[in-house]
Amino acid sequence: MHRRTALTLLASLPAFAGFSTKALAAEWDSILSEAKGQTVYWHAWGGDPKINDFITWIGDKAQERYGVTLEHVKLAATSDAVARVLAEQQAGQTDGGAVDLIWINGENFAAMKSQGLLYGPFTETLPNWPLVDVAGKPATVTDFTLPTDGFESPWAMAQLVFEYDTAWLQNPPQSIDLLLEWSISNPGRFTYPQPPDYLGTTFLKQVLYGVMADPSVLQSPVDDASYAAQVAPLWAYLDRLHPTLWREAKAFPQNEPALGQLLADGEIDISFAFNPGRASAEIAAGTLPDTVRTFVLQGGTIGNASFVAIPFNAAHRAGALVIANLLLDPEVQARAQDPAVLGFQTVLDLQSLSGEDRARFEALDLGVATLSPADLGPVLLEPHASWMTRIAQDWTARYGVAQ
Amino acid sequence: MPPLTLGLMTLPIAAGLAGTALPAFGNGGAGIEKLLAWPGLPKSVALSIGTGLVSTLLALALTLLILAAFAGTPAFARIRRGLAPLLSVPHAAAALGLAFLIAPSGWIARLLSPELTGWQVPPDLLILNDPLGLSLTLGLVAKELPFLLLMALAALPQIDADRRLTTAATLGYGRIAAFTFTLLPDLYRQLRLPTYAVLAYGMTTVDMALILGPTLPPTLSAQITLWMGEANLTMRDTAAAGAVLQLVLAVLAISLWRVMEIFTKRALIAIAFTAPRLALIDRPAAFIARLAALLITGTLAFGLAGLSLWSVAGLWQFPDAWPEEITLRTWATAGPSLRETSATTLIIATGATLAALALALACLQAEASLHLTPTKRALVLLYLPLLVPQIAFLPGLQMLALPLGLDGTVAAVMAIHLVFVLPYVFLSLSGPFRAWDGRIATAAATLGASEARIFWRLRLPMLTGPVLTAAAVGMAVSIGQYLPTLMIGGGRVETLTTEAVALSSGGNRRLIGAYAVLQLLLPALAFSAALALPLWLWRDRRLMRGLG
Amino acid sequence: MTLDQGLILDGLTITLGDRRLVALSLAIRGGEVATIMGASGSGKSTALAAITGTLPPEFRRTGRILLNSKDISDRPTRLRGVGLMFQDPVLFPHLSVGGNLAFALPAHVTGRSARRLRIDAALASAGLEGLADRDPATLSGGQKARVALLRTLLAEPKALLLDEPFSRLDADLRAQIRRFTFDRAKAAGISTLLVTHDVEDARAAGGPVLSPLGETLPL
Repeated sequence: MHRRTALTLLASLPAFAGFSTKALAAEWDSILSEAKGQTVYWHAWGGDPKINDFITWIGDKAQERYGVTLEHVKLAATSDAVARVLAEQQAGQTDGGAVDLIWINGENFAAMKSQGLLYGPFTETLPNWPLVDVAGKPATVTDFTLPTDGFESPWAMAQLVFEYDTAWLQNPPQSIDLLLEWSISNPGRFTYPQPPDYLGTTFLKQVLYGVMADPSVLQSPVDDASYAAQVAPLWAYLDRLHPTLWREAKAFPQNEPALGQLLADGEIDISFAFNPGRASAEIAAGTLPDTVRTFVLQGGTIGNASFVAIPFNAAHRAGALVIANLLLDPEVQARAQDPAVLGFQTVLDLQSLSGEDRARFEALDLGVATLSPADLGPVLLEPHASWMTRIAQDWTARYGVAQ
Repeated sequence: MPPLTLGLMTLPIAAGLAGTALPAFGNGGAGIEKLLAWPGLPKSVALSIGTGLVSTLLALALTLLILAAFAGTPAFARIRRGLAPLLSVPHAAAALGLAFLIAPSGWIARLLSPELTGWQVPPDLLILNDPLGLSLTLGLVAKELPFLLLMALAALPQIDADRRLTTAATLGYGRIAAFTFTLLPDLYRQLRLPTYAVLAYGMTTVDMALILGPTLPPTLSAQITLWMGEANLTMRDTAAAGAVLQLVLAVLAISLWRVMEIFTKRALIAIAFTAPRLALIDRPAAFIARLAALLITGTLAFGLAGLSLWSVAGLWQFPDAWPEEITLRTWATAGPSLRETSATTLIIATGATLAALALALACLQAEASLHLTPTKRALVLLYLPLLVPQIAFLPGLQMLALPLGLDGTVAAVMAIHLVFVLPYVFLSLSGPFRAWDGRIATAAATLGASEARIFWRLRLPMLTGPVLTAAAVGMAVSIGQYLPTLMIGGGRVETLTTEAVALSSGGNRRLIGAYAVLQLLLPALAFSAALALPLWLWRDRRLMRGLG
Repeated sequence: MTLDQGLILDGLTITLGDRRLVALSLAIRGGEVATIMGASGSGKSTALAAITGTLPPEFRRTGRILLNSKDISDRPTRLRGVGLMFQDPVLFPHLSVGGNLAFALPAHVTGRSARRLRIDAALASAGLEGLADRDPATLSGGQKARVALLRTLLAEPKALLLDEPFSRLDADLRAQIRRFTFDRAKAAGISTLLVTHDVEDARAAGGPVLSPLGETLPL
């Protein structure tokens, strides 16, 4: 581990970066030729057809440009893939693993990295890496306060935005406290996905930002001694909120699409998503009425990046690297940001792009319900992963086994 | 049954159970400790037992009621025609159809709103995923009733039902009483194993529980599946401990059921001694039976129609009864993956079914030529894959298959499907195979035909119909498999069912609809082919078409 | 008991548990028709099963069965050269009339057209011209019975066993089919054993009449 860290440091030093450009280019060429003809198994959550279609498109591109075949292994939960790699490690399978590439972040990344389940560091070898807006978007190299150390490569930015239907609701509540007041006067019209679902836990963290005395402690690991006192306001908030929720909190939607479906069905008035362009994209697809708009909370909402990582025993490592690099391609990033396609925020620094590539982004119609980058407001950093685990656990103990 | 086939059926189960038990008890019992510490345990255990027992009780009671009220009447043929096709509906599709129907934003609420209910927005009612598991129970009853009914139908002729009922009627018994006192004991003896299978399934289903069942907490089997999927490694031994507990629960529930059988039998004997004719309850009983049959057929039929409608729906807002537009957009955009998934599903189903047919025919032929009589023990072993909860042995099997590199391939999924397809194929085929007129074989042998020639030229062609039906049953069973595909396929082998269930948590109704429609369509096509092909093949052979 | 050609039952006994069902010593020359007569359940059919080699394992057999001087007691059914007619025609319902006959035709008749000729000739000899492609289920009772006999004879058996083959036929048809059967068997020089409970059948057979336990019965 020491040696690896030292190498990473070395590679990231500007002087050495310049020195190694040529070597990197040669190395990349050999990766490209090795990748040709490989089939890369990308394990990625498969619950959203638009994302699935996008991945199919990526596969077409990869085939066309590099002769790499991409197989999307659709997961119900990213942890399925993690568990798989883990099982392979326990079974002593150090190469020829089933998983080549994982869509990952946060807790799953932390788990895999700490157990030595990932290959890396590799991001610096990607030719498109210099385009990433590392300075302007620190979430591209910090995953839940954990430095990525080059063990995962970002491909999309996400930020929590709230969605509401202007046909029913004119002035949405723009803070965590106002949301509670609103829910009390409009019972049954709000809910959140059931933790440990990712989006559901994100909502809890957003509430933490709103109710904690000192939210800065979220950037450090949970401190057992003070934890109970620190999160007490969260439970107090939820104790008041839950009786006013959809189904009186006796049932919860299971994930983001399920929550979105409740908004589409008119079962709730306010929903939220980890994708500022989701509402516009759904309107474009004809699954949400065009009266839906988005808003963010005063003081900001939580944002993070989605990454891809390569397991230590991936059978097609070269192909996986090629896909990771392709995901950072300006053309691919612009397509992902197109609300008619995905509406994901780019991880690239637009200023570093060529004029032609920048024009791709400027030509995008962000969509009727998408806030401009300025209106999206400040991005709150993800708390340390231990908060997510702990809160999700305690939530389950408190509310997950109903009376 | 020959040892090879027996081994094939029992070995994976035994290996899987061992593979589950090891991590459950290993590591100083850490898994068990964590399982016991999980606050949701009492409730999820109660849910598993409750939904399993209640759904089995209801399904069996309604099956018997329908039989008692209508067996042998013209109305019965109609009920049977209505219920039989439902047997081929995969569990997940049935659950999704039901969910689409009864949800507060579901089709029923849309049809009634706003005119009758005044609802402009879906009512805030906890119908789906209700904490008592009522919608899960309903789904299980709807799916298991057709199964039990068809198993009972196969048994009725063997116990000389018609003449017994007529005899009782001439003694002044009402239909229900006649059925209960003269047929039920013998009929139930034949229904016992199917009933146990229904009970074990109801307690441990994962796909139906994920779709319809409670979430705070979920049933034990669903929670085990969630634990298996968690990133946190240490949850694996918790899952294994849960799986062992699930097995113990299933054994307990079946034992409890056995005790209930004994008491019911004693009660029946005691009542029969007083010879109540009970003719008065016939009409209300017939009414309830008809209502139940109608309700179940209607629920599933409308649910599945709703699924199909969603797959072609454009914007469809509450409380509109119909989508604003009908569009093939979902089918067009998802076309490639739908095609690919259907192809994988079909390949697996065909492979598993062909292997099962070959094994079942080989067993039956061996039984016939060696003059073996099927023993009760062999029958229990045959039912073993249906009695041992899937969730109890599949996790272990997955952990065992991994180091051998056996998992994650279409062939491995095919092999594990075979374990579940074989019993159904065997049960479906054995009746007609054993009932085949043995004089044909004797006649052919005296004409100089060898056993092989008799099998290939006479027995097999004459059994074309039953073989095709068994094949369709096998296809339907394979297409409907969720947990084996998920666990042994390691996420790399996608079938219509795993896709539909994975999507179900996401709530994209249009895509779920499309996958569910295909899930329905493939078995339906198989059954249609099984019906149509013999008619075409034997268009010039009256006897083969069942005509005198 | 010596006989070069024909069917010989040499001290054939069959027991089920401690009950003796069959005890027969009998020689049937080629072209002769012997009869076993008895009430139902008296072991007549059991004797036939022993001769065809389809006796269920719970029965115990002693004695020998000789056909044309060869001991066939333990041969498999298909190698015995013994033809069998049931009460019913037992035609194969999925094959055409011609298909039924072709199934019986020995392998030494080779070539499609040669086989077809044999079948057509057989049908013509029984007044069934042009029925080769018919569904057997569409034939009349008399036609079915004749097809069944043709099928049995086409296999070129050296002995013929008749298990009450006329009992399901109408009275007038019965005499006709009976004569047809016996004539054919005699013409082919085959030893024939008839099992029946009908005195008329036994009389028409013209050979010895025994009970399953070997007593000679007066007609």
